[in-house]
Parts: sequence; structure tokens; C-alpha cells
Amino acid sequence: MDSVQDIKIKKIMHVLRHAPHGTIYTYEGLEMILIMATYDQDISVVFIGDGVYSLKKGQETSSIGIKGFARTFSALDGYDVEKLYVDQLSLEERGLTKDDLVVDVEVLSSENIGMLMKEQDVIIQH
Amino acid sequence: MNIGILLKEGPYNHQASDTAYNFAEAAIRRGHTIDAIFLYNDGVLNVSKLMDPPQDDRNISTRWTAFSEKYGVKIYACVVASKRRSINEDVLIEGGVITGLGTFTDIATRNDRLVTFGD
Amino acid sequence: MLHTVNKSPFGNDTLETCIRFAVPGDPILLIEDGVYAVQAGNRFASMIETILKKNPLYALQPDLSARGISVISSGVTTVDYEGFVELVEQHQVNSWL
Repeated sequence: MDSVQDIKIKKIMHVLRHAPHGTIYTYEGLEMILIMATYDQDISVVFIGDGVYSLKKGQETSSIGIKGFARTFSALDGYDVEKLYVDQLSLEERGLTKDDLVVDVEVLSSENIGMLMKEQDVIIQH
Repeated sequence: MNIGILLKEGPYNHQASDTAYNFAEAAIRRGHTIDAIFLYNDGVLNVSKLMDPPQDDRNISTRWTAFSEKYGVKIYACVVASKRRSINEDVLIEGGVITGLGTFTDIATRNDRLVTFGD
Repeated sequence: MLHTVNKSPFGNDTLETCIRFAVPGDPILLIEDGVYAVQAGNRFASMIETILKKNPLYALQPDLSARGISVISSGVTTVDYEGFVELVEQHQVNSWL
């Protein structure tokens, strides 16, 4: 077992840019985030473009026969994933506001998200 | 430099497998170590030995086996993604390993770089 | 940070999205269908010019050749797979998919 000072906590950012349900990328991205969260890394999740639709309130998927997962995003803070960022322009372009989302997120400008990206050790786009 | 590769698309349908392979070969030519290839999403289909393309085309899964044998690089496939897509030990190529996302977390954190290929 | 883009700008907003988040000075490498963005004389020529004021732009030569693109916008640098690796040596990678 490595001693504490040997373990370098890495900054890992997950970027979700696909709408939910139409493809599996966001759902499997979420599965990956949940597992990585158990490894004590510095994890952040960013929603850009159609990725913001994953967080939309009122998703009811029973009639398409696909398991819904919007609620899992609100459970992320239970896994110590508290850094959830949403791109402001992506929200605005879709006529959405923070109130339309299932979880409390930080809405940031693309410039600020770009600066956060620059600080990361690893970026995984889903 | 140690490099991990994340491959998120299946073979043939998308160029991602080919680009990942060409990138990995070039990285090794430049003296770097490819630590591992990790397959996620439809990427897990890369390690199916049932693959049988027409003779005049590349065989992507045997190409990964040859790559794995030549450089000692494992081709890891996420177990949950694999089960969804009918990939198990029975159809797994040589050099392929079905594993959990913990393995991917190690790959993402222990290397100098993680490079992703996908759709 | 090195950004890679693999989508044609004609069918997808990935390049536009990428440049919105790229910090000035970050190199952007176009691969796979992403290379269609830099074919000389297409409707993205002025956008490419604008990007080049802030970010160095590269295109993967094997992908250009495969697509029959021989004339590209000026200021764009072509690299082979080794050149791709060199960029990765110098930067962490953000692969826009």
C-alpha cells in the first residue's frame, strides 16, 4: 500500500455532451463517474450542449422502455462528487434555466469552464 | 512517457479503432510506452474473436492481438459494457482482458497522458 | 491543453464548441472527419482564420490524404501520426468526441 504522500490525487473531469436516451453515452458515462468516485480522485462533471438535457426535470422514460437516470445525478453528492458545472450558453440556447434542472449545479461561462479544463490532469468526454 | 488509451467505439462502424491503433504504433515508434488500451461503450466489440471481415479488409481484432503480443500491452474491456454487448470470455481474443472500471481508473491516474478515441 | 476534433463542421458543432472552450494558445488538432474543416475555399475559411488568431491549428495528414484534400487553408499545419504524438508529449489531451 502506498503511503499517503505517494498517492497523488488527480483532477479528472468528465464532460457530458450527449442528450440522454437517444444514445447510451451519458448513461455509461454516469456509470463510469460513479465507479471513479469511489477512488478518492478530484472529480468534476461538466454538462455542455445537449448534455444539459440529462439534468432536465420531468423525464419520464417508462413509455420508451428505457431506464431513466436523471435522479442518479442528484445522488452524486453522496459519492462526494460535488463539482457539477453547466455551460451557461448551452442552457440559454435550449431555453432552460437552473430551475429546470434536477440537481443544484454551478452555471459557468464557457471561458471559466475552459480555464477549469486547463487545470485537469485527465479529461474524459462521453 | 506513459500513455493510456481509451477507445469508445466499435470496429469498422467508426474510424476510432484505426486512429487509436495508428496513434499507439506512432507513440511506440517515438519511444513511449503504451500502458494499456481500455475499451468502453461499443469499443468493447474490438475484442471479439467472432469478427470475420472480408479477406481484402483489415481484421481489427487480430490486429489488436498482434499489437498486444508485440508490445505486451493488454486490451482491457469494461465488464459491464461487455455484458451489454455479448462480449464474454468465450469470444475474447488473445490479449483481451475483461475487467472493471477500477482498472480504468488506475490507467487514467497512473499515466502521464490519457488519449480518447471515439465517435 | 491539446484539443482534438474528429467531426466534420458541416454536420456537427463540435469544432465550434471546442473553440468556445479552448484557452488562447491551446493547440487544436483536426483528425478523422474533422479535417474537412480546413479544405481551402469552404464556408469555414473565415472561421479558420479567426481560430488561428488565438490557437494554433493542426490537421492530420493521413486523414487529409484519405479524403482527397490536398489544398488547405493557410496557417494550418499538417502533422503525421508521429506529429500527433509530439503534440501529446507537450500537452494534456481533451478529445472532443
